[in-house]
Amino acid sequence: MSMIIDHVNYIYEPGTPHARKALSDICLQIPDGQFVGIIGHTGSGKSTLMQHLNGLIRATEGHIYFNGEDIYDDDYDMKKLRSNVGLVFQYPEHQLFEIDVFSDVCFGPKNLGLDKREVELRAFDALRKVGFPEELFYQSPFELSGGQKRRAAIAGVLAMKPDILILDEPTAGLDPKGRDEILGQIKKLQQETGMTILLVSHSMEDVAEYVDRIIVMNKGSIMYDDIPANVFAHYRELEEVGLAAPQVTYIMHKLREKGLPVDAGATTIEEATEEILRALR
Amino acid sequence: MLRDITLGQYYQTESVIHRMDPRVKLGGTLLFIISLFFFKNFLGYAIAALFLAVVIKLSGVPFKFMVRGMKTIILLLMITVVFNLFLTPGTPLVSFWKLTITIEGAKLAASMAIRLTLLIIGSSLMTLTTTPNNLTDGMEKMLRPLRVIKVPVHEVAMMMSIALRFIPILLEETDKIMKAQIARGADFESGNIFKRAKALVPLLVPLFISAFRRANDLAMAMEARCYRGGEGRTKMKPLKYKKRDYIAYLCILVYMVGSIFVGRLSF
Repeated sequence: MSMIIDHVNYIYEPGTPHARKALSDICLQIPDGQFVGIIGHTGSGKSTLMQHLNGLIRATEGHIYFNGEDIYDDDYDMKKLRSNVGLVFQYPEHQLFEIDVFSDVCFGPKNLGLDKREVELRAFDALRKVGFPEELFYQSPFELSGGQKRRAAIAGVLAMKPDILILDEPTAGLDPKGRDEILGQIKKLQQETGMTILLVSHSMEDVAEYVDRIIVMNKGSIMYDDIPANVFAHYRELEEVGLAAPQVTYIMHKLREKGLPVDAGATTIEEATEEILRALR
Repeated sequence: MLRDITLGQYYQTESVIHRMDPRVKLGGTLLFIISLFFFKNFLGYAIAALFLAVVIKLSGVPFKFMVRGMKTIILLLMITVVFNLFLTPGTPLVSFWKLTITIEGAKLAASMAIRLTLLIIGSSLMTLTTTPNNLTDGMEKMLRPLRVIKVPVHEVAMMMSIALRFIPILLEETDKIMKAQIARGADFESGNIFKRAKALVPLLVPLFISAFRRANDLAMAMEARCYRGGEGRTKMKPLKYKKRDYIAYLCILVYMVGSIFVGRLSF
């Protein structure tokens, strides 16, 4: 059960004057149960790559293997792939359409051809997992607050019980509190279910706390692919491509420069606090 | 799929046709279309085609682009040709089964096909070389005299430019929502017509909501910048005729007189 991306290239509108290379020679392996952060600037190809993973975009060149099967094989069941690889788009609340939240969440599992009982069970379960308040289940999705709408939309994908959940900028446009809540919920979800999660973001700060691995993309190729501490060690190179390491990284490096013997690899505020206390002791 | 429509698309490049005043292009296109309906012989069409070829060459738009726009109307063209071919009364040329092709029918079908092709290519050339904004500006200025009879020229022009501006945005939005619903297992491609129509609900509802939201935002943004209609409104780049525009008008005039004179000769 894993995803292998093998030398994938993608060109937008090939053969026209607008042709543009969006992905060049991407090779990745995503094992089960990992929490991966994918970071890149706008236009770095991160969203394009994510849409390859559930077959919405077909690579111009290269192969993608899911559980050992090539998804570009002629007899490969794309519908099944899409139920196994859940993709939550940016601003997912824009896809809501049903008269109430609960029926909207039912849309995904219903499309899988499950019976009514199972569909409703899954919808209920998914809404609970994203922390959606029960008293709002039968509200119109258009009357909810931004954060609640987003939860409902994420639940809509989660209800399909995917093995891999891809979230494209799930915190875009939310206030800091809403952001922390959503990210915390996703982390909890990953710990409880052991689901593989790919979190796309342009902010290191967002993902540093939660992920096991960071993939940095720049201009359609992979720049770094490592554990957070190692990626942040390249903070100067990251700045050159318009990204920044978390503020903690900067503080730790500054402290080291000033002569405090701390390990600059701390990525979260908690780790950094402990590290500084240890060094001062 | 939706992106293949060339009609109404702008092709960015540098050329004398691109720099021309939109009023010249609008007027020229209109006159060109009118001229097509005056011809009585094929020599007129030959002159029109030649004129168009020269303008296309000057515009620097690859011919491939024009042909792509043709694809969307090929069906209409076929129907017109078939109807004219078989349903025109006159001297029979060939006949088989219950169908008869007459000499008049063949001539009419051929001239119809040529006329439609030239018409479409001519008008798509205008939109390929003029930005939508420029086009509506030109239209507004050309129709200004109609204000005397209380036609809201500015408002109509503004609505048109907004509508044109929204086409690519809504196309992109459709694409995004479609993908999001496909990712949730929606199926837009199989089933009978009723099933397919029903499958569009998850696409159309969010699309309409987003269109209304965008319209609302735009209205708000315009009001915040004190937009209140065309009264007393000035332009940052007012349209002004230059030397090349007068030359272009002259060329069009020469073409009109020449082609219609030759096109109406009877041999």
